Amino acid sequence: MTSIERAPGPLTPPSEEVVAPGHEAAATHGIAPRSILNSPYALIAPLAIVMLIFFVGPLILTLIVSFWNYTQYSIEPAFTTVNYYDVFYGCVARLPDLCVTFATYLSTLKFCLIVWAITLILGFVLAWFIVFEIKTVSTQIVLFLICTIPFWTSNVIRMIAWIPLLGRNGLINDTLMGLGLTSEPIEWLLYSDFSVILAFVHLYTMFMMVPIVNSMLRIDKEIIEAARDAGAGTLTIALLVIAPLCRPGIVIGSIFVVTIVMGDFLTIGVMGGQQIASVGKVIQTQLNFLQIPIAAANAVVLLGAVLVIIWGMTRLVDVRREL
Amino acid sequence: MNERGRRFWILATVFALFTLFLYGPMIAIVTLSFQGPEGGLTFPMRGFSTHWFAELWKGVGVVDIWAAFGRSLRLGVIVSALTLAICVPAALAYRIGFRGATLLFYTVIASLIMPSIVVSLGIGLEFRLMDDEIRTVITSHETSSGLFTSALGAHLTWTLPFGLLILLAAFNRFDRRYEEAARDLGASPGQTLWLVILPIIAPSLIGIALFGFTLSWDEIARTSQAIGGRNTLPLELRGLTQTVTTPAIYALGTVTTAVSVLAIGTCLGLITLLRRRRVRH
Repeated sequence: MTSIERAPGPLTPPSEEVVAPGHEAAATHGIAPRSILNSPYALIAPLAIVMLIFFVGPLILTLIVSFWNYTQYSIEPAFTTVNYYDVFYGCVARLPDLCVTFATYLSTLKFCLIVWAITLILGFVLAWFIVFEIKTVSTQIVLFLICTIPFWTSNVIRMIAWIPLLGRNGLINDTLMGLGLTSEPIEWLLYSDFSVILAFVHLYTMFMMVPIVNSMLRIDKEIIEAARDAGAGTLTIALLVIAPLCRPGIVIGSIFVVTIVMGDFLTIGVMGGQQIASVGKVIQTQLNFLQIPIAAANAVVLLGAVLVIIWGMTRLVDVRREL
Repeated sequence: MNERGRRFWILATVFALFTLFLYGPMIAIVTLSFQGPEGGLTFPMRGFSTHWFAELWKGVGVVDIWAAFGRSLRLGVIVSALTLAICVPAALAYRIGFRGATLLFYTVIASLIMPSIVVSLGIGLEFRLMDDEIRTVITSHETSSGLFTSALGAHLTWTLPFGLLILLAAFNRFDRRYEEAARDLGASPGQTLWLVILPIIAPSLIGIALFGFTLSWDEIARTSQAIGGRNTLPLELRGLTQTVTTPAIYALGTVTTAVSVLAIGTCLGLITLLRRRRVRH
């Protein structure tokens, strides 16, 4: 344990092995006095119950209601696939033209891919700097905290904080015009694809960086020396030596970023000036009109899409071994 | 050595620019919240005053912002306490092992990475259906969804995974010899927990409390569909961004962030203090 041991972060702390579930011998050997502390089912019950009521239950209900009927003011039990039919209305018939759903997914996937690529490169470079270029643990912790502290502050405020900088009369436009670089304000800085991507990178690079830091901390630094002695340059080392060893961190970070962007409605809403479509926004709009069953069907489809992506990624890594 | 030096400075520059990118906007709105009475939403500053904080104190728009402030504060504290109260026993259970441990673990992970809109929709729907059931029995226009029912649950689906992961990681690094020594010396399981285990993992516990409070304090996505009639502060804030066009909105941003920073500072300070004490002993 040489580095950033206590740094808070979802998947930060390094360790060698995981306590396997069902590995009961160690804790209960000898004469264990009777106590609630020796009864795992009593200890786990609160967590299991909360997860059941507020996570598993709602998901099952969403799946069920996605097959229900609805009117303008109520939802009614039924078994109909009409909601799914509505979600994909015209998707096959109108090919090669894209239907609304496909176009929305394509747009969301585009954001996903761009944000993923930027946060991956940025997260990797920042993690590299903290782990390999900084020699003292205390400096590492300070730099790590600098990157993670904003995570504990409000997303909405961090979004609206861009307005005085990117707006028509914002700092950047003022500066550019003052320098005579442009004669009129640049319009695409705010409420555009650009500002949405900027905000995503601003908000979520930390989700990519922290797991990669966690992976990098376990890499024996002598490997780098060995590669260098063998004549490898920095880029070669980064791509062929470090990146493969960071694969678990990269995969976990990627899952975070991809799932957040896929389901987002807030960032795209605020930074896109409520003008850009996303899967999450479609669901939100339908909920506002109380079209709950079709919103549920959309949520199920979104979930399916996200699961396929995660499934692809987790085939590359075992999450439990990474704690 | 030279190449190494160059690489260091290039990476240091990237890091510095990223820090500026990370904090620049925040610094901008904190500065602008001290805008003079004639000032607008953008630079330049027209004087320097606390005018907009005074305006904020009087209230902005039609919503009672300070009531929302109080609600979010209470909810944050409760979520923080519950996250600790649920995660510590759960992590202890994981040390012992139980049937279904892996399934529950992946459920918790799923709760963490599930798109927020899906969780929010599901919880909102669950409470709506519950209301419908209740209304078949008694005539009522009350709703069961609200701050301390559905919204609380929505926040827990977000904070519990962080809490559990932090604790599992802490226990993975835990030297079991300490508690074996305690047991050999005749300590009861309760004594071992209170006097040995919890003090050793105290920094992680503080970290979990921090996650619990700040994640709840700023939560929007999961709360949005699962809140009853009365909004939390972030939800009100999002609404205000579309209607308020004075620096009062920045003043609110500054106040909200100050609460987060206070929580972060307190927790990091406590953790540092604990580490110092530990080194001294």
